[in-house]
Amino acid sequence: MAIEIKDLCHIYGQDTIFEQYALKNVNITIGDGEFIGLIGHTGSGKSTLTQHLNGLLKASSGDILYNGESIYKEGYSMKTLRSKVGLVFQYPEHQLFEVDVFSDVCFGPKNLGLPQEEIESRAKEALSLVGLDESFYKQSPFELSGGQKRRVAIAGVLAMKPEVLILDEPTAGLDPRGRDDILGLVAELHKNQGMTIILVSHSMEDVAKYVSRLIVMNHGEKVYDGTPKEVFRHYKELETIGLAAPQITYVVHALRERGIPVDEDVTTVEEARDEILKLWKKEESTC
Amino acid sequence: MGIIRAVNLMFDYIRRDEESEKEEINHALRGVSLDIDEGSFVAILGHNGSGKSTFAKLMNGILLPSDGTVYISNMKTSDEEHLWDVRKTAGMVFQNPDNQIIGNVVEEDVGFGPENMGVPTDEIWRRVDQSLEAVGMTAYRLQSPNKLSGGQKQRVAIAGVMAMKPRCIVLDEPTAMLDPNGRREVIRTVHELNRQEGITVLLITHYMEEVIDADRVIVMDEGHVVMDGTPKEVFSRVKELKKYSLDVPQVTELADELKEAGMDLPDGILTIEELVDRLVPVLKKERA
Repeated sequence: MAIEIKDLCHIYGQDTIFEQYALKNVNITIGDGEFIGLIGHTGSGKSTLTQHLNGLLKASSGDILYNGESIYKEGYSMKTLRSKVGLVFQYPEHQLFEVDVFSDVCFGPKNLGLPQEEIESRAKEALSLVGLDESFYKQSPFELSGGQKRRVAIAGVLAMKPEVLILDEPTAGLDPRGRDDILGLVAELHKNQGMTIILVSHSMEDVAKYVSRLIVMNHGEKVYDGTPKEVFRHYKELETIGLAAPQITYVVHALRERGIPVDEDVTTVEEARDEILKLWKKEESTC
Repeated sequence: MGIIRAVNLMFDYIRRDEESEKEEINHALRGVSLDIDEGSFVAILGHNGSGKSTFAKLMNGILLPSDGTVYISNMKTSDEEHLWDVRKTAGMVFQNPDNQIIGNVVEEDVGFGPENMGVPTDEIWRRVDQSLEAVGMTAYRLQSPNKLSGGQKQRVAIAGVMAMKPRCIVLDEPTAMLDPNGRREVIRTVHELNRQEGITVLLITHYMEEVIDADRVIVMDEGHVVMDGTPKEVFSRVKELKKYSLDVPQVTELADELKEAGMDLPDGILTIEELVDRLVPVLKKERA
């Protein structure tokens, strides 16, 4: 059991007239090695929630347990927590600052006070995980492409050897190739390193393709929590809270309305293709 | 002859070392010729590094071509005497909403452009009213731009360009930093301006869903125009688009895969309704 979120509330401007609930009684249990998608429109509380998980924001009430221990307990080491729960912010490349790629990735482990050898070996490992070879080490991070910069920023977090990796819209502003690269990388980290991943995203299409569990936030509350298929069954309700299911879900439901018995849980292009071809073959053989 | 004409356009980014010797040359555009009709809605697609943003910056003289010529309503962008007229004719909207807002109050921000052009005060206010109305932001005119959402900020930026009464607006990935709602708001606004005010729109993007309603879609790759046609024509070439690292809408991809597997479907299906209308008879004929 990696993270337990219990009755978490966060109130901005408490006891003023601007008082507003950013999070309201959120309860989530995240197991080790899960790959979770966190979805909600702007202002739904999803970024606020992620910032609680590594202690950047303190809850107004409620509790967060990390491996069974409350992070709000007196004397709990936030520094250790932050090295275990890595947070990649939106547009993480805006935080690159060093003269070259290698030094930038070293910055995190250096602050952990590790010996120089360990720092360098971690930086090398992190850079190889994000697919940047030695030819990038001495380059200025500012001369890389958008997707490469983002890889460097992610490597900076990986060099801390986190057990949980939270990515806040890691594909915002990237082109389709950059997006596929980054999401592929995240999926690999999950598969090969066994990392627990929380992916904050706006794109239902991306989420449907990668995650095994989907949490939907609205107005600071958790409204859905289940497999993508379970959540997308509520596609009409998702629309009322400013979200939408993947385009394929709409195709499937439109077909069902016209009397074609397509499985309603189909959410990706590949599944839809196979399902429709299956029905088609059946039609052909019966005639 | 179109409002925007690019003739054999080339652009090189040149990096120089400390002795200002050429160290690296990056050919961003390698001979682009385009003619864009007044009043049309044209989308330019391409992955990062394809040259599409460079092309946008050449449209109103932010960059000047290394070779070739850009004519904006028959004025060369490289003629310094025409530069202001060029910029008045072709307005630009950029990617990051936070980088293009300067006023403390929405209406002041929108009035900044015409004020700099020396427009008389009464006329400025008239234009501010009209522009805010056109982008649906009148209710926010006295607010601070800092309190707006990304999509609203982009609409204010578009109003700011509108207030200069351009005949053409070039938008360089205006939705890249927005959430789905913001994206829809901005695209709807741009379509309305095109339809109602007859403004020529050049929309640069890599979101495919945003271009299916355009009159014309141009695909760029490696500094060349590689595809040019209606959305239907361009999206019927799914394999080719993927080669240029572009996406197609999920319905188009599904239709293409089904067609590949032998189903009888037309090319370039762009909407859910279209696909469903085609699939139902095929999947139902024997059951009836």
